[in-house]
Amino acid sequence: MSQFILHKENTRGHANHGWLNAHHSFSFANYYNPDRMHFGVLRVLNDDLIDGGMGFGAHPHDNMEIITIPLAGAIAHKDSMGNSAVINAGEIQVMSAGTGVSHSEFNALEDVQLNLLQIWLFPNKKNVTPRYDQKALNVDARHNNFQQILSPNAEDDNVWIHQDAWFSLGKFDEGFETAYKIKKAGNGVYAFVISGEVTIDGQTLSKRDAIGIWDTESISFKAISADAEVLLMDIPMELN
Amino acid sequence: MQTTILYIGRDTEITVVMNRLLNAKPEWKGICVCSDAEAISILENQEVDLILLGNGIDSDAEEILKKNILSIQPKVKIIQHYGGGSGLLYGEIMTALG
Repeated sequence: MSQFILHKENTRGHANHGWLNAHHSFSFANYYNPDRMHFGVLRVLNDDLIDGGMGFGAHPHDNMEIITIPLAGAIAHKDSMGNSAVINAGEIQVMSAGTGVSHSEFNALEDVQLNLLQIWLFPNKKNVTPRYDQKALNVDARHNNFQQILSPNAEDDNVWIHQDAWFSLGKFDEGFETAYKIKKAGNGVYAFVISGEVTIDGQTLSKRDAIGIWDTESISFKAISADAEVLLMDIPMELN
Repeated sequence: MQTTILYIGRDTEITVVMNRLLNAKPEWKGICVCSDAEAISILENQEVDLILLGNGIDSDAEEILKKNILSIQPKVKIIQHYGGGSGLLYGEIMTALG
């Protein structure tokens, strides 16, 4: 029988540093909640608003799969692998930190607030060679469809990572119903509502609410408002 | 009373950051090293509450290191530090220290 946990928007950790207004779905930085340490291999889901021109100076990472999805605005990224890029809304960036990488992230625009989701997954293999990738997503392909944007397979469309994880984005018309089949036995799904209102397995979720579901093979979905947008993260429930 | 935390990694830059982060909290005393020999020498000379294993330590070396650590200080807690920086550090340490 399936199990679930609800994470309502207003139960997330919150830190407002002026230039950075951050909401943390799981314990991060000075936000510590022992009941919110991770969901399976999903360790970090940060929803950051960053003022124009501001950002994070060079800082290191290791042994994490780091996925960044700008929802509005653009990120200027530089790293110790020699990558220098701008990632716009409608694109996705991944970085396998592996043995260690240093990077900086700034709002690439001076007059537009940047809103991004940053997601960290524990990897399925430690100490890999660091790697970077970014892709422009076909935004039209997610209309009334869960569009796969990330997988463990290098040959798939969009981006891949060192974890048995599949991410999908969908944008749905009011009343649209579908089901999502979990890709791998033992995986669960963490669904994060970017906008609008939906029901997932009978639970009503509003903007920035989330639900984690496991011990199931599929989930049911219905959009109950126009332009409901959801990020599904299909991830192993066991830490490697 | 300070909690003494020993970080063992391989990447010098990450080790410097970890040293700054751990020692930024008055309740923590951080010692950060890049070699197993340095770590063992520290453990032979002072009591440590928590050990963070950082990046770049391969699984064979990690097994040997854990064995050596526990032969000197059998009660010390050893955890994996992921992420390389401040994001996860506080939560990991709080969880480990109960």
